[in-house]
This record gives sequence, C-alpha cells and structure tokens, in this order.
Amino acid sequence: MLAYIVKRVLYMIPTLIAISIVAFLLIQLPPGDFVTTLAAEMSQQGDTVDPTTLRMLREQYGLDEPIWTQYWLWISNIVLEGDFGRSFDWDVPVSDLIWNRLGLTLVLSLCALIFTWVISLPIGIYSAVRKYSVGDYVASFLAFVGLAVPNFLLALILMYLAYKFFGISVDGLFSAEYEDAPWSGGKVLDLAQHLIVPVIVLGTSGTAALVRIMRANLLDELYKPYVTTARAKGLSEWRLILRYPVRAALNPFVSTIGWALPELVSGATVTAIVLNLPTTGPLLLRALIAQDVFLAGAMILMLSVLTVIGTLISDLLLAWLDPRIRYK
Amino acid sequence: MGQYSTDDVAPRELGHDPDDPALAEMEDDGTEADGRLMGLERAGAWRLAWWKFKRHKLAVASGILVLLIYFVAAFAEFLAPAAPGDYAARYTYAPPQTLRIWDGEEFGLHVTGYKVEVNPESLAREFVNDPEQKIPVGFFVRGSSYEFWGLFEWDRHLFGPLDPDQPMYLLGADRLGRDMLSRIIYGTRISMTVGLVGVALSLFFGILLGGLSGYYGGHVDNVIQRIIEFLLAIPTIPLWMGLAAAIPPTLPPVQVYFMITIILSLVGWTGLARVVRGRFLAMRNEDFVTAARLDGASEVGLILRHMLPSFASHIIAAVTLAIPVMILSETALSFLGIGLRPPVVSWGVLLQEAQNIRTVATAPWLLLPGMAVVITVLALNFLGDGLRDAADPYSK
Repeated sequence: MLAYIVKRVLYMIPTLIAISIVAFLLIQLPPGDFVTTLAAEMSQQGDTVDPTTLRMLREQYGLDEPIWTQYWLWISNIVLEGDFGRSFDWDVPVSDLIWNRLGLTLVLSLCALIFTWVISLPIGIYSAVRKYSVGDYVASFLAFVGLAVPNFLLALILMYLAYKFFGISVDGLFSAEYEDAPWSGGKVLDLAQHLIVPVIVLGTSGTAALVRIMRANLLDELYKPYVTTARAKGLSEWRLILRYPVRAALNPFVSTIGWALPELVSGATVTAIVLNLPTTGPLLLRALIAQDVFLAGAMILMLSVLTVIGTLISDLLLAWLDPRIRYK
Repeated sequence: MGQYSTDDVAPRELGHDPDDPALAEMEDDGTEADGRLMGLERAGAWRLAWWKFKRHKLAVASGILVLLIYFVAAFAEFLAPAAPGDYAARYTYAPPQTLRIWDGEEFGLHVTGYKVEVNPESLAREFVNDPEQKIPVGFFVRGSSYEFWGLFEWDRHLFGPLDPDQPMYLLGADRLGRDMLSRIIYGTRISMTVGLVGVALSLFFGILLGGLSGYYGGHVDNVIQRIIEFLLAIPTIPLWMGLAAAIPPTLPPVQVYFMITIILSLVGWTGLARVVRGRFLAMRNEDFVTAARLDGASEVGLILRHMLPSFASHIIAAVTLAIPVMILSETALSFLGIGLRPPVVSWGVLLQEAQNIRTVATAPWLLLPGMAVVITVLALNFLGDGLRDAADPYSK
C-alpha cells in the first residue's frame, strides 16, 4: 500500500509541472498583455496614455522578458519561496486575494456537497428498491430535468421567484448591513439565509447525477445471491439493504470525492457570477479576461493540484473500501 | 420454429411483425438454427436494436422531437416570423401577446394589440395587452426578405401579421424590441450545430486516438492514456474559460464559432476515446477478430469492416449523450460573455440579456431561450438513454 502511494505521488510531479506550463501559456495566449488591457481601459476613460509609463510598467512587471524567463521567475518564486506574486489588477498579493475568498467558497461548496449527498442517497436507494413505482418514475424524471437545467438558469429562475413571491433579493452572501460587520450570531444567520438558494442551485445537478448512479449500482447489487442469503437468514428487509448492497453500491460516491475537491473551489463559477457571490469563481473569470497573469495562473495551478490530489484520495479511499480493487 | 420454415423467412419480411416475441427468441437461438436462419441472424443486430429502441416510448418521442428541432434549425428563415436583427424601439420589452381565433364577434386568427399604461406604483410606462385591438395574422405571409440557404431570395414566412408593419410578439420582445420567438428559432440553428460540429470533432479524435490506443496497446496506448489523463487533470471550467478568454474579440463571428467548438471538443474527445479504447481492448482477442486476421484481412479492413461495426451502436449512443453536454457548455460560455457574441444568435447569447434580476423581473419572457435549452437537452438525453439500452440488443 505504501509503495503504491509513493508511486502515485511521484507520478504526480511530472503532471503538475506540465500543468503549470500549460496554465502559464494558457493565460499568455491572448494577444497583448495586462498593460495593453490597462492602456485600453485608461484611454476608454479618457486618460492620455503615456508610452514611457507603459514601458516602465512592462519593465516593472517583467512583461518584456521572454516567456520562458517569465515562467521560470513565476514558478521558482512559488516553489522556493511560496510567493505567488502580486495581482496586477488588484495590486495586492495573490495569496491574500485567494485566501479572502477561499473560506466562503469552501463553506458554500461543503454545504452544497452535503445537500447533494443527503438528498440523493435516500432517493437513489428508494428508487432502486421500489423500482418502477410511481415514486421511482417521479424521482427519475426529476433527476433528468435536474441534469438538463443549466445551473445559471436555475439560479435566475429561483431569483425571479424569490423576488416575485417573497419580495426578497437573494444575490450576494450577506445583507448590506452585515457586509463589513464582524462575525456575530446575526451575521451567521444572515449567511445561512443567503446560502439557501446557491446551495439548492449548486446541489441540483449533482443530486440528479448521483440519484441515477446510486439507483443503477444498487440495482446491480440487489439481486445477487448474498442478498438472498441474508434474506433467507431472516434479516429485516431495510436493515439488510442498508447493511450490504448499499455499502457495495457506495463505491461511485467515493470516487466522486476526488472531483468534489476542485469542484469545491471552482465548480460554482457560473452560478456565482449570476448570484453575485464573493467566491473564487468570478475572481478567476475576471483575472482571465484582464490577463492578470499571476492571479489566474495561481488559481489554475491550485485547482489542478486539488484535482490531482483529489483523484489520489478517491483512489486510496476506493482501495480501502473495496478489497477487490486493492488486490487486483 | 416450424411455422417460419414453411414461410421462407427473408429478413425484409420479418419487419412486418416486429413485436412478435417468438422472433426475438429465435434470433437468440441462432446457434441452433439451420443455414437459412443463419442468414437471418446476420441481418439481425441492427434490426433487433431498432425493435428494442421502439419499445422505449419516451425515447421514440424524444427522437421525433429532436428531429423536429433540427428541422426548425434547417428552416429557421422560413419558420421565424421576423429576422433576428429586426428591431423596433417602440416595442421595448413588449410582453407576449395572446393568439386567439374568436374575438367575441367573428372568427379569424389574430393577436391582441398593445396599449401603454402607467404603472400606478412605479409610475413607469409599460405595455399591456389590449383585447380591443386586433392584429390579424395568417399563414404564408409576406415579411422581411431573406436568402434561403443562399440559393434564392424569398419573403414568405410560415406565419406572421398580415400587415408587416403591425407588431406580432408571441413570446414578447427584448430590450431593442426584437421578436423573442424569431430569435429563439434562429438560435436553434447555432446552438444545435455547435453540439454537432463539436461532437463530430471529438468523435474523429476519439475514434482515431482511442482506436490506436486500444488496437496497438503497449507504448502507443501508454502515451495516449497519459495525454488523456493530463487533459482530465486540468479542471474543465477554468480550461474552457482560459481558452475562451484567449479568443480575440476582434475575430469575425464565424471564426469565434469554430474556435468555441474546438475548445469544447478538446475535452470532449477524451471520454469517447476511452469508450472506443475499452471496446477495442475487449474485442482484440475475440474469436471473430482472430478468424478475420487468419483469413488474411488487412489491418485497416479488420478495424473498419469487422471491429468498428460491432460497436457502432455504442458510439451512436455515446455521441447522442455528448451533444447535450456541448450545448450546455456553449450556453454557459456564451452566457458568461466569453463564448459566442452578438450579432450571432444562440440560446446562450440570448440568455445573456437576462443576466440580472432587474431585467428578469421586468421581462421574465427573456428566460424562454432557457426553456428551449432544457427541452432540447432533455430530449437528447432521453434519446441517448434509449439508444444506449438498444445498443446491445442481445442483453436482457
């Protein structure tokens, strides 16, 4: 087992190096650089743009160096000194920006994840055990609809309904009076209230997918001989189902933990923009469009590292849960 | 089986009685059948798949719906009452009209007109339907002229107001007084083809690389699998956003369109490649492949004639399920403003108009393109599900 883990971790290194290069190139791909964006913005506002200033800015940010030098400076600072650089756009250290938003992003995504599991597990089990019942059809249909509705559309519809029937505006994560207030009971309550719509929106598509997977997997298990054996031995039906086939059917849930990790940070991008949430997604979009190289690069790198680690964790969990995989 | 032996069963005649369970059973027992029935079995796989598919009523209905949607995409100019860019500043955010046949006195297809009222609360001027006014509508009316498939010019539309100067907004109007119905119809064309072109590209790379990977195995397989793993290790949404943000805003719309499809298929092909590879790996050592190889079939012939057809149905199902993913991705990218851009009309571009709650509150009908997305994606998913079940006609 240990050898396996070490091997997997070693495999991660070349992947991560490749990803860091791709991430950096990806951001440099558009024509022009951050200074071009800045100059365009300034001339749009009617300011005169002084070419010497621009040249000085380029020099200051190291933008006139060849791209490999830029990459080397960037990555060596990260690896050797843990310094992610400064955001051009916000003019603050990248790590501050990300840390500021990471907390709320994690709270939101964890709530959505728990919501997904709490809803989808029982429904999936019910759907499989009572196959072809009215409840199963309703659940399956809703699951298909949940998969078909884009998150941002659901967000818009829920916003519209909340506005129309309750007269409340649901964007953001805090009401205006709590925005800059220190943490207190009232603020937590306010946050919880604001979380409802985003959590529903983010949880829906995941719930729909997991209900389908759970149902299919449990159906595969339900008619195996060991279930009949357990039944013949006189176990009560629900106890039997929950103790044996459900446990075996849980494997796919475990393998989604790996995807959940980067999803926790990035997944909500489109929804977050619609609902105006102060999470990392909109930050990344803005950084990409403004060619804020260090910020966007750091975020993509972070997400990729999370994906790779997440995959590793779910593989390990899977091996721990299912001995058949371990000894293969 | 006796009743068929007298009947001299040709596969084509079998088609008359598709639901006869005895036939399906006979196909399963093909190993025991005599030579004539062996001939029948060869014709069987696709036909059986078709029968199995037909039993899935929801999938059949969805299939018809999908065909209809593509029909709309093909004949958008004729079906849409107005051109997508036709604007009328007078009718900003005009609400949907009601279509009626009976106005209380006489029959005749018409829509209600508009009158402007001042909202007592907000004091804003807004349109309301005025049942007193009648705007007669009809079929095959003259409207704005268009070039039909670049072949000839025409000005007939399937339906519209008899007097082209009068307003007809069955699904309301947007910020510039453009007809939502017409724009949704035109959007169908772009949104539906983005999925098709993207999937076609993914399919090409998926089959090519997945096939190489699965057929040759060894080093080739190793390299291709590492590439796939690498692509999957980059989180999809930032990857798309990064690439889409890299498209220069000055590019002409057609090029942006192709860039978007390429971006979408960049990730899409990995999934298909895995399916194809798995199938090839499983099939490489099957008896019929060995037989064909010993029979002197060339490598290309072996792949194209013997292996590919035996999992073509799986690929069709996988493709059907990949199209909705593409459509949803295009919609999301365009909605964010980094996908297709106006004046191109796609469902995502249309939804961009409905980006904030204030607009949605004044003009909820701007969300209607979303309905088109949901219905299309649902139909494609049901169809794909049915096809996947039918893809393996011999499974119970």
